[in-house]
Amino acid sequence: MKGFNKKSIIAIAALIAAYIIGQVLISNGIIDSYIQLNMIIIGINIILAVSLNLITGFTGQFTLGHAAFMAIGAYVSAIFTAKLGQPFIVAIIAAGIAAAVAGIIIGIPTLRLKGDYLAIATLGFGEIVRILALNIDYIGGAIGFNDIPQYTNWTWLFVITVITVLLISNFIKSYHGRACISIRENEIAAEAMGINTTYYKVLAFAIGAFFAGIAGALYANYFYFIKPDSFGFMKSIDILVIVVFGGMGSITGSIVGAIVLSVISSFLQSIPDLRMVIYAVILFLIMVYKPTGLMGKSEFKIFKKGVKGNVSSKG
Amino acid sequence: MSVLKVSNLSRAFGGIKAVTDVSLNVEEGEIIGLIGPNGAGKTTFFNLLTGIYTPTEGEIEYDLNSKVTSKDFKPHKMTGFGVARTFQNIRLFQNMTVLENVLIGFHNGMNYSVASSFFRLPSFYKEEEETHDKALKLLEKFNLIDKKDAFARNLAYGDQRRLEIARALAANPKLLLLDEPAAGMNPKETAELTELIKWIRKTFDLTIILIEHDMSLVMNICERLFVFDYGHLIASGLPDEIQKNERVIKAYLGEDAN
Repeated sequence: MKGFNKKSIIAIAALIAAYIIGQVLISNGIIDSYIQLNMIIIGINIILAVSLNLITGFTGQFTLGHAAFMAIGAYVSAIFTAKLGQPFIVAIIAAGIAAAVAGIIIGIPTLRLKGDYLAIATLGFGEIVRILALNIDYIGGAIGFNDIPQYTNWTWLFVITVITVLLISNFIKSYHGRACISIRENEIAAEAMGINTTYYKVLAFAIGAFFAGIAGALYANYFYFIKPDSFGFMKSIDILVIVVFGGMGSITGSIVGAIVLSVISSFLQSIPDLRMVIYAVILFLIMVYKPTGLMGKSEFKIFKKGVKGNVSSKG
Repeated sequence: MSVLKVSNLSRAFGGIKAVTDVSLNVEEGEIIGLIGPNGAGKTTFFNLLTGIYTPTEGEIEYDLNSKVTSKDFKPHKMTGFGVARTFQNIRLFQNMTVLENVLIGFHNGMNYSVASSFFRLPSFYKEEEETHDKALKLLEKFNLIDKKDAFARNLAYGDQRRLEIARALAANPKLLLLDEPAAGMNPKETAELTELIKWIRKTFDLTIILIEHDMSLVMNICERLFVFDYGHLIASGLPDEIQKNERVIKAYLGEDAN
């Protein structure tokens, strides 16, 4: 488990290759703007799903307000780039921090709630953010926020998505991450083993919110225009569906889920009448035949670990 | 030296007094048994000792790592005070591996920062490596090393009980609280557990308090017993004395038993 070994060098090389291939295809025009749009959506969905997975899948806190953090990030980034003329990187960081602060503020009172109660409370929080955005004229109110400079491109998207996945999976594999997972598994036992459950729930919430805010920034600075209704309850559900579909507690599951569902929904756009029906049927089938999601709690590994003495693989 | 001092401890739930006016002392290195009929308040007493409930009246005082009283108790602070426990109904982290379960026990001993975990700074590798080594050694002592990568939920019942004790010991306690460690075990497993508890006290040099219904285990290893009935501490003393104590016999068998 040292920092740089053969595997991580191969992984880094593969990532760089993927980036260069993407960049070359875009600049040659082989990937047209429609495919590029879908790639941006996939990247944003990956960030959203992985960050929600940290809260819901790993720490076990069921929330329905993830789109609100995205909204906060999107509006903060829009203000920084369009109104204050700041560079994109400043806007991204500000968006993340604003969302994380919101996550802490909402997390401290609500995270003492469990299960359904927490879901309802975060649902309420999501609505509060949406209604506030609707009523603040400075950010366009119901008309929406126009003329946001388009900074998001393949490079930004790729780099930020990779960083997000890397940081969150690093976090999960540390003792802080194990503490979060133990809260999901058994909160009373976790507490008895010396884990400050409130601290770790708020921490997971803040980290999840931070990256959702960044996803919001990427979104705002790609589509020129944002409006409060884009970040409503349905957006939170969309993100949750990706997480459940991919597997709660699996980072690779969230990535696969985001790609598969984004691709399916873009293919279905050609048959708008049946789009949501087919989409729903696919979700239905997955839940019936694989209720733990595509990946369950396990991770997809290119480099298989030694399976010697591994009883769990049979379970 | 007394490591635990309980004075006039009471805990009421509404009108029901689950623990009433209990006072006792536990000396360093003892193995103490808590016995009593079902609903006598033994587990409530444990929950008071570990900060899950706060006392309605009275006080608990530990003198392990430092002197602390029940005013400062919080469940997550107890391992820091030197107190670790197991549960009556096993509470393992089911979907984590055996190794990860024990690693959680070491939580308090680790202190690299969140930033260090994000960016894999040197302190991350150093501490993780040390802790992994310690965890593996502990599993070896508990004969669970072969199953280190198995999910806790896939373990046999006896192994789950042992893993829970191993996890508690990972927190490096000076006082170990075991809530019915032999529940659901057959006589052979109970005999093994008896040896294990004796061995633990010797190897880890700690004080043990256990709740147990299995009299063969209690009489075999406990140096002193406390008997609870309807929330009251009705008797305390050596196992032989307790066996002859009339109030204890009444509590277990009813008024007219002779």
